Amino acid sequence: MTDLLWTVGPPFLLLNGVLILVTYLTLLERKFAARLQSRVGPYEVGRPHGWLQPIADAVKLLLKEDIVPTAADRLVYNLAPIVFLVPAFLMYAAIPFARGWALADLDIGLVFVLAVSSLEVVGLFMCGWGSNNKYALLSAMRAVNQIISYEVPFILVALVPVVLTGSLRLSTIVDAQQGLLGWFVFYPVLGQLAFVAFVVVALASENRIPFDIVEAESELVAGFRVEYSGMKFALIQLAEFVHLFGVACLGTLLFLGGWLGPGPAALGPVWFVLKALLLFLLVIWIRWSFIRIRVDQILALSWKVFLPASVALLLAAAAVVAASGGAGA
Amino acid sequence: MSGPGRTVVEYGYGGNERLVMNMGPQHPSAHGVFRMILTLEGETIVDVDPVIGYLHRCHEKLGETLTYVQYPSIASKTDYVSAMTAELCYVRAAEQLGQIEVPKRAQYLRVMAAELQRVASHCLWLGTWCMDMGGALGGGATMFLYCFREREMILDLFEALTGARLLYGFHQVGGTRYDIPAGWADKARETVTHIEGRLAEYEALLEGNTIFLVRTQGVGVISRELAQEVGVSGPLLRGSGFAHDLRRVEPYSSYEEFAFDVPVETAGDCYARYRVRMQEFRQAIRIVRQALDGLPAGPISSRPGVKSIGQVKLPKGEAYARVESARGEVGIYLVSDGSTKPYRMKWRGASFSNLAVAGHILPGHKIADAVAILGSIDPVFGEVDR
Repeated sequence: MTDLLWTVGPPFLLLNGVLILVTYLTLLERKFAARLQSRVGPYEVGRPHGWLQPIADAVKLLLKEDIVPTAADRLVYNLAPIVFLVPAFLMYAAIPFARGWALADLDIGLVFVLAVSSLEVVGLFMCGWGSNNKYALLSAMRAVNQIISYEVPFILVALVPVVLTGSLRLSTIVDAQQGLLGWFVFYPVLGQLAFVAFVVVALASENRIPFDIVEAESELVAGFRVEYSGMKFALIQLAEFVHLFGVACLGTLLFLGGWLGPGPAALGPVWFVLKALLLFLLVIWIRWSFIRIRVDQILALSWKVFLPASVALLLAAAAVVAASGGAGA
Repeated sequence: MSGPGRTVVEYGYGGNERLVMNMGPQHPSAHGVFRMILTLEGETIVDVDPVIGYLHRCHEKLGETLTYVQYPSIASKTDYVSAMTAELCYVRAAEQLGQIEVPKRAQYLRVMAAELQRVASHCLWLGTWCMDMGGALGGGATMFLYCFREREMILDLFEALTGARLLYGFHQVGGTRYDIPAGWADKARETVTHIEGRLAEYEALLEGNTIFLVRTQGVGVISRELAQEVGVSGPLLRGSGFAHDLRRVEPYSSYEEFAFDVPVETAGDCYARYRVRMQEFRQAIRIVRQALDGLPAGPISSRPGVKSIGQVKLPKGEAYARVESARGEVGIYLVSDGSTKPYRMKWRGASFSNLAVAGHILPGHKIADAVAILGSIDPVFGEVDR
């Protein structure tokens, strides 16, 4: 019985913790965007400052009619939101929130997270294909183009901290970043370049503005999810937020020293979440300030700029490590 | 079987898969109710079939059934984003017909209203255009809300002046219906100074952004020849290298007494049109200031006390009046049979002629460019369909 509790308990807590956090991230984004645009944002539902708004949104979406287009491929259409959501949650399985606070602190934690994260494209394409809608199809084609193009530089940039520490285990990477200036984002030149590249490439592989050609509501209405309504729509939205926050967590682990911070070790998870939220806010800030880049420009940027740049960064990191005599030095 | 008048276009596949996609009339960036049937090859547009008429309200027939006193406030419903200039065009045509003098003060008030309207209209254009390119849930929406914040201030001014915020009924045959209320001039000065300050912020936000530049430069080029051939006007024409502005070449309503420049760009792309409009903002503000400073005293209408709608009868004849609205040349042709209503009225909508260029420049561009180009044309469908 206790064994069962220990097996089921932590994943259950984690799953629900992430769910609640992500639900409130929507409120954070809305309030932040509102301030940016000199508005107030949600206020009335749960005064003050609309703290009940995410709950109201969830309930509304739950109660909405679920419409399946007659021409849709029902199996693919219905399965897609789940295929989209599950990998997003799986990412968290290998993410350590504090020392020893991981469901599975794998030796190849980074590889697992990256692999699971890129499965997103399957669900996305299923959404677009199953809807049998021209906008959705175009969007799905864009998504495949874009995510595959950006997955390569994304992985290459994420490998820079790996080369510097000599380990794929996420907790080891964090432990190598002791002290404020030990964070890889403060690693001279290389760290800053890699961090900026990581954020930009992550934006692109997450389909966020300025690289959000996949949903591009002014061209493709809502892109791959144009036919989705009700709870399936909510699942897709949720998956995107979960995925985005997952990548923010990854960035925190790789560049911002994970759970390391002043104060007792028990504060670790707090530092971790704060840093991840900061990264998330950065993404939102960019989102609400930039306009969208065009599809061909995105691909050109990936293959002509980001890919060579990330290879160069990785080689530079390797050269630094080799010159200083081995990883972790 | 297709009905008479319908042509079925058959495309040879030739190895390329083509997709016919319907954009509009209900589409987030349709700018009203515009429908484009796009033929795509991948993401590239190879053919475009624009469909208009969804907002047709029989304005020309309506003009024949309403009197010269009634119609000006309806005229504003053609180009509802630039209602002041639409009204102005109609009353100018009627005044030409009846050879009615307009007092100097009314002329200045008209200029002031028209230029404030130009600022408001360009605010709306800038906001919606950025939203087309940047997304309703992104930086474009931020720009949109900033622009609407400024447009709001001008609408407040108009509300104080006329009691209405969108369709004003400010102009009437022989002058204007309202004079400026006490304290209004100072408020207007404050507003335009405020907006002038904001313009620099917009330019910094947009022109300092490489993404904005690559999205607009070299996109949707209207050559000088094409502009001339299609008959575009306004900022589109000036963006293609023609320094043609009715306020300068054919001054009306005392425009010859104001100092202003006619901004011209030669590139003909979306960015050139953007630059022209941004400079027009400043020129419009300059004219508003001059109008406020030099506002002459006197009556605001040469036909005061017109209460009954039957009182204005215009002599037999015909007249054509045109004004430079925010979108270009708006013209009205009036034929009078001597009664209180025109016998025939014809609108020349600036948006209608400008939109005609879309079919020429869209093929070869990506879908994303289509919305950027359409936004840079700045059509108002109330004026296209009338």
